[in-house]
Amino acid sequence: MSTPNPRRGSPFLLLPIALIVAVLALLFAWVGGWIGNRNVTPQAMMNTAEASGAPHPGFRRAHSKGICIVGSFAPTPAAQTLSTARVFAQASTPVLGRFSNPGNDPYSPDNKAAVRGMALQLKTDDGQEWRMAMNSFPFFASSTPEGFQAMNAAKLPDPATGKPDPEKMKAVLARYPEIRNFMAWSKDAKTPDSLANTRFNGVNAFRLTDAQGRERAVRWSMRPHTPFVAADPEQLKTADRDYLAQDLDRRLAAGPLQWDMVMQFAAPGDPIEDPSKAWPDTRPETIAGTLTLVRAEPQANGPCRDLNFDPLILPKGIAGTDDPVLHARSAVYSVSFNRREREISQGKAQTGSVR
Amino acid sequence: MNRPRHFNLLARVLHWSMAVAILAMLFVGAGMVVSLRHRDELLDLHRPLGLAILLLAIVRLANRLRHAPPPLPADLPRIQVLAATASHWLLYALMLAMPLIGWAMLSAGGYPVVLVDGVNLPAILPHSPVMYGMLRPLHGVLAYVLFFTILAHLGAALFHAWVRRDGVFGQMAKGD
Repeated sequence: MSTPNPRRGSPFLLLPIALIVAVLALLFAWVGGWIGNRNVTPQAMMNTAEASGAPHPGFRRAHSKGICIVGSFAPTPAAQTLSTARVFAQASTPVLGRFSNPGNDPYSPDNKAAVRGMALQLKTDDGQEWRMAMNSFPFFASSTPEGFQAMNAAKLPDPATGKPDPEKMKAVLARYPEIRNFMAWSKDAKTPDSLANTRFNGVNAFRLTDAQGRERAVRWSMRPHTPFVAADPEQLKTADRDYLAQDLDRRLAAGPLQWDMVMQFAAPGDPIEDPSKAWPDTRPETIAGTLTLVRAEPQANGPCRDLNFDPLILPKGIAGTDDPVLHARSAVYSVSFNRREREISQGKAQTGSVR
Repeated sequence: MNRPRHFNLLARVLHWSMAVAILAMLFVGAGMVVSLRHRDELLDLHRPLGLAILLLAIVRLANRLRHAPPPLPADLPRIQVLAATASHWLLYALMLAMPLIGWAMLSAGGYPVVLVDGVNLPAILPHSPVMYGMLRPLHGVLAYVLFFTILAHLGAALFHAWVRRDGVFGQMAKGD
């Protein structure tokens, strides 16, 4: 082998080799979103959420203000007939959760929080988890993540004027007219005066699978046992910026708070994959269980801070539907989680209380 | 000098099947983190495939340590011998480390490590934002290192096959 080998190939054969390697590299760069034009990515949606206010390293990029909650979930006997999920067979499942205000300000005043969130983690004895992220609105703003992203981008201040450009929002509403329904709801909805009497809705549709393998499309809600009382707009004006947490602590000191988990079943033809369209109230419902909250604690170093309430973390027997907003939420929450946990690990997380 | 002319059958089967699995894994991983619609399906594929690669890599490493590989050509320049040896051990290190980092990072992130629907693996690290915040970016960076090492490996293999025609490609492509 030490003498020159006449069988050696032409050095020009390096060209096809380079071509093969380059094509693979380009394909990888395209799949990874480095090149080529992609519609909307989870990263782009997260960037828009971050641009909506001052940065708060170490905090969630949306629903940044929150309170950790602890309790349990007890299923009804009916739940077992709906799904084989372990959580419906177990007498009681521990719950770790989080109440939240909208927006990306972890110190936002409670009296301006028109929408509230409830996120839960139910962990059964076999290690399976059911995570959910619910909101007090009855339906989502947009049918698609693209519409939601366009709406949020239109709300950002225009660099020239420092204010959102109304023409941009007009264009978004023309393209995604369903957003008008949400705006109308926001305008008229009465805000409950407590987290304890707020109803929280899953909004997205899921599929329950029973022991016979039958699948049913459902949307779930947490319906409070505490009677609804609308907040007085006059009192709200002077309410403390943390009045929701103070009210929650006061109520929990007097005893546990409960919600019924209501499963609403789709009828044939109902828009399963469109979270911006509520199903009619006349659809059959079943109470699947009761959520009992016994304790709340601040989110700073609380047990709910470092959990990603990804609504597609589901136990066997419960699955997501093709609702594109559901999938986008899962993708975007992951980006938010990665960014804030990175900030925490680098010691860049914002600490201290208010501003 | 009692070295074989070819890699043994187990090494060859593992090499080519893992080549397909690891490339698929890298494309799935790169695609799922920027996907708005298919993240969960891709993740459901990513986790069991990652565990499979980890188990195969352990078998492969044991086989490699027990059976000496065929020698490189005597006239191969020293720099190329060095590059071949270093890149091979880097590939071994990454195919073992990547699944372990993935598993560790899910554990540190407080995520359930779902193998298939209803079957979870135990956590191998405590729930820790500090560890998750380091391991998650590391998983992404090392994936790109692995991809570029594979590209270099592929380019070198084709160089041996088409330009040098020195039999190195055949050591992995065919048996005795």
